[in-house]
Amino acid sequence: MSVTLEKEKLSTQESKENDKSYIIKYGISLVVFVIVMGLSWVIHLMKITQITDFPVNFSPPVTNAIDDFVDFLVVNFAWIFDWMSDQAKVLIGKIRDFLIWVPWPFTILAIMYTGWKVASRNVGIGSAIALLLLGLFNLWVSAMVTIAIMVIAVLISIVIGIPLGIIAASSNRFDAAIKPILDGMQTMPSFVYLVPGIMFFGLGNVAAILATVLYAIPPCIRLTNLGIRQVDIAVVEAGTAFGSNRMQLLTKVQIPMAIPTIMAGINQTVMMALAMVTIAAMVGAGGLGADVFRAMGQLEQGDAVIAGLGIVVLAIVIDRISQGYINNRNQTTSIE
Amino acid sequence: MSNIEIVNLWKVFGNDPEIVFEPENINKTRSEIQDEFNQVVALRNVNLSINPGETFVVMGLSGSGKSTLVRALIRLIDPTSGSILINNQDVLQYNNQELENFRRHTVAMVFQHFGLFPHRTVLENAAYGLEVQKVDTEARNQKALEVLELVGLSGWESSYPSELSGGMQQRVGIARALAVEPDILLMDEPFSGLDPLIRRQMRIELKKLQQTIQKTIVFITHDLDEAITVGDRIAIMRDGEVTQLGTPEEIVTNPANSFVEEFTFDIPKTRVTSVSNIMVKPSSQEFDRRYVVAPESIVEDMIPLVLETGDPIPVVDSKDELVGVVPQEKILELVAQSARQEYSEE
Ligand SMILES: Nc1ncnc2c1ncn2[C@@H]1O[C@H](COP(=O)(O)OP(=O)(O)OP(=O)(O)O)[C@@H](O)[C@H]1O
Ligand SMILES: [Mg+2]
Repeated sequence: MSVTLEKEKLSTQESKENDKSYIIKYGISLVVFVIVMGLSWVIHLMKITQITDFPVNFSPPVTNAIDDFVDFLVVNFAWIFDWMSDQAKVLIGKIRDFLIWVPWPFTILAIMYTGWKVASRNVGIGSAIALLLLGLFNLWVSAMVTIAIMVIAVLISIVIGIPLGIIAASSNRFDAAIKPILDGMQTMPSFVYLVPGIMFFGLGNVAAILATVLYAIPPCIRLTNLGIRQVDIAVVEAGTAFGSNRMQLLTKVQIPMAIPTIMAGINQTVMMALAMVTIAAMVGAGGLGADVFRAMGQLEQGDAVIAGLGIVVLAIVIDRISQGYINNRNQTTSIE
Repeated sequence: MSNIEIVNLWKVFGNDPEIVFEPENINKTRSEIQDEFNQVVALRNVNLSINPGETFVVMGLSGSGKSTLVRALIRLIDPTSGSILINNQDVLQYNNQELENFRRHTVAMVFQHFGLFPHRTVLENAAYGLEVQKVDTEARNQKALEVLELVGLSGWESSYPSELSGGMQQRVGIARALAVEPDILLMDEPFSGLDPLIRRQMRIELKKLQQTIQKTIVFITHDLDEAITVGDRIAIMRDGEVTQLGTPEEIVTNPANSFVEEFTFDIPKTRVTSVSNIMVKPSSQEFDRRYVVAPESIVEDMIPLVLETGDPIPVVDSKDELVGVVPQEKILELVAQSARQEYSEE
């Protein structure tokens, strides 16, 4: 902090000393800008289309190739996609039906109890009130659908993400290989994630799950990897010195000690999944996101705002409970 | 019983260790090699043989290669060349499976910064080695309780390491190592993280413990006082080489070079000199049974006797035969020498 401040001070001092050189620099830039604008005007005047438009379009062959490839996959491996799609649909349906089937007071009590136990009394009561409001504003069913899709996406992310994180922690090469991919995934706009889902599964909840998993999995991988790598080297050495094999070292020392970090990763995954599930309404996912989408389409601003607030409320409940869980856990295991 | 034989052991840290062994470089000093090739010679041609049941101390300044040596013994570091024979087997030739077995049964290590598992209770920490060996829960907990009692930690089984003081944490470290009943105990500066009073107490306890467990111990320290208290023999290391090897008495009374002399300077001779070295022939076979000492006991321990009696102290060996007497003047002479050392130091 103080270092950067000092640097800034220095640079302002310098700039005052070098006032003249500044004028020259900006002056040159201005001249160049004027010249370029003049040239552009001339080019348009003379209708030199090679320069005003791009001379070649590479797009058709590439998009065709991708089309062919995806067609090939979909045609030849349709049974795999269909099978996965069917399984996912059945599973989502079951979870959703169950969540809706359970009478709402039980669900609310269960969440309250969980929040109270896992986080704190306030979180428990707050969660109960929040859920009650969701129900009173007629968002209950949508919220349960959102939760169903989210739960599945999070479970898939954990089941795939944690092992990948563990592999990344034990192999520098694998780590180096996935790092740029994860970086790329985290800089991509969330819309892009919807693309592969529709390509393989068409519109619907399954595409939404694929998009959500892709979007939400990076923190799970990253923080598992980080958590294991951060384990005190002296403790790992002690484990090694007593003759642990790699598996024992992993399960008895490294993973248990990385749990707080891994939990933080899961928390992020959950929150990102919730964000994506709502956006995924664009590819046909049901739930609160779909409510917002539909209401906007039909110009019913009131419904849109209410459903939107519903998403916020749900996000806060989930975040408070899982954060509270992590904090309590870190305190009780009292890792130095 | 076991035996450690270290032969021509080298460890060079860096990306091109072989360059050190080129004929034109082999005689260069450590700092020359570091400047020219950016390689660190942590161990240079170390040869040691450690006897079964002895407490062998490796002493030296920071960076002299002590940790590297002891970590090589358990293969936490792979030496660049040489061999380490433990129970007549070359540890450096072990494959993974053999290495695991060796670490599970033959050696156990106590670490300077304890290296305890923070997520495990004291009991689970002590039982770790047995757990890794897949000993069943009941048997390993029983053994863990036993060793915890031995190190004076009964009643703390279900605490977590972070709830204990430094000295207690290191007792857990020692218990964890003893639980696997290793032939050899490696201790890398086990007490240097503790404050001076606790350190003293731990030394004395280690000494007692050693009498009950009778293991081969390789003990690392940078403190000569500690080395003398716990060690049967001491190897002094400097820049990766062993500069002197001997009993505490040999090292203090006869330092091999000025470097060792610096170390031994403030150690009073009475602390290391054994009675047999200053006793004289007895003039008669009559002696006072109340004031006898053994020939191998150190002079410092007999000073209280001298204060009680004015007569020369009889020295009696284990067969109960009078082998000599220590006249008062001899003791005074030593005490005076020690005092002179301290005086000239100031
Ligand atoms: N992993 C490593 N990579 C490079 N150099 C190392 C490494 N480990 C140790 N060294 C160097 O080897 C030399 C010996 O280190 P070592 O840790 O054995 O010393 P030590 O006698 O145990 O010192 P201390 O009393 O500080 O523990 C030091 O110069 C150290 O910098
Ligand atoms: Mg060391």
